[in-house]
Amino acid sequence: MARVLLVEDDPAVQRGVTLALRRRGHEVEVAASGETGLLALERHRPDLVLLDLMLPQMSGLEVCRRIRESKQVPIIILSARGDEIDMVVGLEAGADDYIIKPAGGELIEARMKAVLRRVAPTQGTGDPTRAPAGPERHGALGVDRTTLMVTKQGTELALAPSELKLLLFLTAAPGQVYSRQQLLEQVWEHSFYGDVRLVDACVMRLRAKIEDDPRSPVYVQTVRGFGYRFGPL
Amino acid sequence: MRRFSRIRPPGLRPPRGLRVRLVVAFLLAVAFGSLLTAGLTFHRARSAILERTEHTAVADLRTQLDSLAPDLPFPPTAEQLRGLTLQLDRAGGSRAWRSAASYRSGPPVAAGSGAPPVPTGLRETVERTGQAAFQHLDRDGHPWLAVGMPVSYADDPRRPQNADKASGLTVYASFPLSDDEADIAALVTAAEAGVLPALALALVPALFAARSVLRPVRQLRSGAERIAAGELGTRLHAEGHDELADLTRSFNTMAATLEKDDAELRRVEAGARRFAADVAHELRTPLAAMAAVTEVLDEDAASGVMPADTADAVRLVSTETRALARMVEDLMEVSRFDAKAAPLDAVQVDLCTLVAKTLQLRGWSDDPRVTADLPAPVDVRADPRRVDVILANLVGNALRHGAPPVAVAVRASGDDAVVTVTDHGTGIAETALPHVFDRFYKADAARARSEGSGLGLAIAYENALLHGGTLTAANTPGGGAVFTLTLPLTVDPDQP
Repeated sequence: MARVLLVEDDPAVQRGVTLALRRRGHEVEVAASGETGLLALERHRPDLVLLDLMLPQMSGLEVCRRIRESKQVPIIILSARGDEIDMVVGLEAGADDYIIKPAGGELIEARMKAVLRRVAPTQGTGDPTRAPAGPERHGALGVDRTTLMVTKQGTELALAPSELKLLLFLTAAPGQVYSRQQLLEQVWEHSFYGDVRLVDACVMRLRAKIEDDPRSPVYVQTVRGFGYRFGPL
Repeated sequence: MRRFSRIRPPGLRPPRGLRVRLVVAFLLAVAFGSLLTAGLTFHRARSAILERTEHTAVADLRTQLDSLAPDLPFPPTAEQLRGLTLQLDRAGGSRAWRSAASYRSGPPVAAGSGAPPVPTGLRETVERTGQAAFQHLDRDGHPWLAVGMPVSYADDPRRPQNADKASGLTVYASFPLSDDEADIAALVTAAEAGVLPALALALVPALFAARSVLRPVRQLRSGAERIAAGELGTRLHAEGHDELADLTRSFNTMAATLEKDDAELRRVEAGARRFAADVAHELRTPLAAMAAVTEVLDEDAASGVMPADTADAVRLVSTETRALARMVEDLMEVSRFDAKAAPLDAVQVDLCTLVAKTLQLRGWSDDPRVTADLPAPVDVRADPRRVDVILANLVGNALRHGAPPVAVAVRASGDDAVVTVTDHGTGIAETALPHVFDRFYKADAARARSEGSGLGLAIAYENALLHGGTLTAANTPGGGAVFTLTLPLTVDPDQP
């Protein structure tokens, strides 16, 4: 059960998605434009935002950027535009996942759950020996798996949920190389063949926040021909 | 020109360039004209020179004879004849002739041994006609003129008027034509000296003419090349009113027509594609609302609270909504291929892993109808999502239209990775084989609409092409259909 803010201007899609999610026990608040969506965000404090890209006046991309300026609430873009460029631009604006319309209620819920799960602390679920007390040190980065805090030289970083989960996953095994397909399966819980642009866009946003020079990264490194790894530092 | 080159030995082909041919033809025409003119002039001048020489020689000889012959007694003795020729030779002066005289049919008597023998032909002519005659001879390689002149009594008052005027005395004189030869040689030299500058001068207008012909020809050629390269906006500058200018204008008209037709075709084609993409896109929003609630419908239809008819209707709407959503997705994908906007996100990956994953995701791993033969890893550079689309379409198609078991096999063959999907159905009709990858193609028109969109194999085919691979359909000897996907094995590590 989650509190969902749906920002969508088409009344039929509003009703369809609301119906499907309420059936599954979620609480849905609807905003028909970007501006009312931003107001509703303050008022209702949702757990997750479902955001259409093609909105009257303020575009979905702009709404996404505005939310990311101050909040780490998970954002899933729900768009009829399925071309790669639309997806990349949406993800670069800070969205955590991307669903192309039309999509069934089951799929939407599965993606929501995956995004919400990645921000839950690892306590109780994993191996107890894998939960060290206090933050891990990786160069200038501090990663605390219990409090889900990431610091750089003592300053706390504001990471979006997908960025945090990717960083937690990679730092759990420094030096281990993961293909983009593997990361998509593990971090986003997509099928093996989901769109790997999600991974690339998230890596880019993460680097912009944690690297000294995002163009020559030291923390999240590209392994040409295979994928990504954390370090070695 | 072609016949010409055939009779020439190889390596001595006539020049092929239009410029060289034009210049050579021009120079040949000039040379022919000047040679003809020079030849005619030379011939006339030579005849005139020789005629003049002959006439003056005859006149001189007659003058000398007129003064010497009256003193000669008749019939003269050989000694007297020699005296006559001696006097004639002395009086010859500048002409320096050598003379001889004969009486009746007697042999010609010459003054000295330097005189050439009198040609028999000349003697016969003079005796037969009784007139003065000439003959050209060749002496030691030099041209000589021999003159024969019968002497008459015309001026002798002692003779009766009606008596035979011929005295029987004939005088011959021959002299070299060296002066005339020099004059004629000068003519030849002048003609020769004139030809070369004439030809050299002719080269200038020849080159100019070649240039004026060749410039429009070259322009036309480069214009045609540009049109062939797709620059349909090419227009040439046409000036003048000759045939080449007409040709250039026709070229421009042709280019304009081509450009117009091409633009029209492109406009229509782009319009059709955009329309298909727009339709698919516009369908997405209402479908998004419907697709979101299909599961709600399914649940309620299954719950038994609805009347049976209503539950059936609800299930129908739900199923067809999903089919429609799939078809719209496929249409969008096809329009991406048409717009060349389908990106290839290739990575280095094991094809066997991809096949295993596809079978697993579609729930075919544990399906007894599908068997997989994945003996050894085969590394390819491929877009996993697109390979999944190809495989899912091929296996799904085999399960729908063929008969189980469906066998999927992966192997490396030369420079290619090969995946075969074989079923054990009745195969594909020969007439249908070339069309199985066509959009919305149905091998059997009477067959009911299947659950596929009719675009699956077309999309699989486009995806194979995008990889630089191939996708082909055939029948096995056993009767089933076999689809073969080949992907290049190229290893390029420069990509994450």
